[in-house]
Amino acid sequence: MLIERKWKKWVFFYLPMAVFIVFTLFPFYWMAITAFRPDNELYATWRQPNAAPLWTLHPTLEHFVGLMKTTAFPTWLWNTMAIALVATGISLVCGMFAGYALARLKFRGSEFLGTAIFITYLVPQTLLFIPLADIVRDLQLGNTPWALMLTYPTFLIPFCTWLLMGYFKTIPKELEECARIDGATRFGAMVRIIFPVAIPGILSAGIFAFTLSWNEFIYALIFMSSADQKTVPVGVVSELIRGDIFFWGQLMMGALLGSVPVAIVYSFFVEYYVTGLTGSVKG
Amino acid sequence: MAIVTIRDLNKKYENGFHAVKDVNLEIRDKEFMVLVGPSGCGKTTTLRMVAGLEEITSGEIRIGERVVNDLPPMDRDIAMVFQNYALYPHKTVFDNMAFGLQMRKYPKDEVLKRVRDAADILGIEALLERKPRQLSGGQRQRVAVGRAIVRHPQVFLFDEPLSNLDAKLRVQMRVELKRLHERLETTAIYVTHDQVEAMTLGTRVVVMKDGYVQQVGEPLVLYGQPANKFVAGFIGSPAMNFVDVSISGDGRHAETEGLRLNVPDRIRAHGGKRLTLGVRPEALRIANGSDEHGFATKVDVVEPLGNEILLNFRAGGAPMVARVDPGVRLKAHESVRFAVDPERLHFFDATSEAAL
Repeated sequence: MLIERKWKKWVFFYLPMAVFIVFTLFPFYWMAITAFRPDNELYATWRQPNAAPLWTLHPTLEHFVGLMKTTAFPTWLWNTMAIALVATGISLVCGMFAGYALARLKFRGSEFLGTAIFITYLVPQTLLFIPLADIVRDLQLGNTPWALMLTYPTFLIPFCTWLLMGYFKTIPKELEECARIDGATRFGAMVRIIFPVAIPGILSAGIFAFTLSWNEFIYALIFMSSADQKTVPVGVVSELIRGDIFFWGQLMMGALLGSVPVAIVYSFFVEYYVTGLTGSVKG
Repeated sequence: MAIVTIRDLNKKYENGFHAVKDVNLEIRDKEFMVLVGPSGCGKTTTLRMVAGLEEITSGEIRIGERVVNDLPPMDRDIAMVFQNYALYPHKTVFDNMAFGLQMRKYPKDEVLKRVRDAADILGIEALLERKPRQLSGGQRQRVAVGRAIVRHPQVFLFDEPLSNLDAKLRVQMRVELKRLHERLETTAIYVTHDQVEAMTLGTRVVVMKDGYVQQVGEPLVLYGQPANKFVAGFIGSPAMNFVDVSISGDGRHAETEGLRLNVPDRIRAHGGKRLTLGVRPEALRIANGSDEHGFATKVDVVEPLGNEILLNFRAGGAPMVARVDPGVRLKAHESVRFAVDPERLHFFDATSEAAL
């Protein structure tokens, strides 16, 4: 019986899990080895003797050096970071207040407002960029970081609001009632009790918002034109594909360096992030 | 000195539900007032209006000399203990208890002293550095009580504070709460759906149903002279037995099929009427030879509880329970004669259900 269970576990759990992990991680692996592979190995055919398509024989930093010297990659990285942080900050603050209001305050039309906010999140960016471009031009924000810092919240705020509204609803309302009896105002109870208790939810909303802004492509492509204003996703694609020539090594090095900060942020907060999504507050 | 006065209090929710109807209460200084009733009777809503957590639709609430209708909870000088404890999960026990004092800008050494005193009274000194999730249910309950007493408020409000505890702990905490109230001498309003808790804790008890106050009185008065059929059935366990009877023309007997009992003199005037008769399980006794007015029946279930035996039977078409001495030897389906002292019978108007 016990032995049977063991092989069952292998077949139905470990094996599918292994397949899944290989399937998900392979692109990252491919990206990483390509980034460190010299050009002559990169463009060698697989039939060549000593060919090692799944391995790099002579790892090199030439693409890293090339990326840093011939392109504005450090600037892109900095732009992306600054824009993502500011957009996330704005969205989190708005999302916290809006989410709290929708979760806790009973006012006329609150349900409708909640739904309306969610619907705005469903409008595809590929449609929304047209009117937004008009507004960005009118405000003369084009080709400045503010064009993105202020447009990213259009989809981040609804997202943060909904995620946080759900989280705030899981916090027993007696907590803030007790705080109000203890001497806090409604606002004080929100800031001193509800927000600290909601840290897992706030962190996961923040991580999501940060990742979404970090990876955003369309707005960045449209609102930013000069090379020194671009973000990593746009810069890498627009500056490292020239005509029909793909600079694979640098492209992959750019992608690798671009994904590292996100990976760090995720791994750092992973525990909060999980409880934030499952939403469990124990009294 | 805090007398809580409630005048013509009403609460109507936006969806039209009328939760509290014309409640008038005066809670005396240092009194332990218990609001009891089935769920949905308006007891918690009343308490929350006193706390300032629900808006008042009409009426007036005074704490001491002040009308508090429009005061926010923080300015009412009250402390509340919630059913789910509502401890701040991100704060230590010490900070939980100190929060209310810190919000009111008490000096640090005063905060420290008061928290230590409260922790000492409740026996939780060793837990002060822990977080709420590291505590057992009983410990959390103590912390919640501690958080209330450090503030030295004018009124304590308790919203079913013991119902999340297991039965044994509940009995223990009940005694501790009573002891604590005697020691602190502060007015307290306590909401529960458990009539045993109400009877054991309350200086006076308010029985509520459907938003109305049914009766206010000391526990033994509620038990001995219930104002109506609802209070009579709600207070006491097992509940009072009810059976519909008609009073004989001369007003001397209450009769129904298989049942004929002498009635007390005060019922004489109701000769010929149909009434509801109530008799407590402990008022029934096994008849002996000298009892002239008893009734015969057959026991169908015997519940031996150790300190007493509950006998279930039917009489006058209604199910009944008698509570008898543990020495009684009776088996299920045995015939038996019960007797009852006429003075221990309760009568209620068949339509208004008011006690007669």
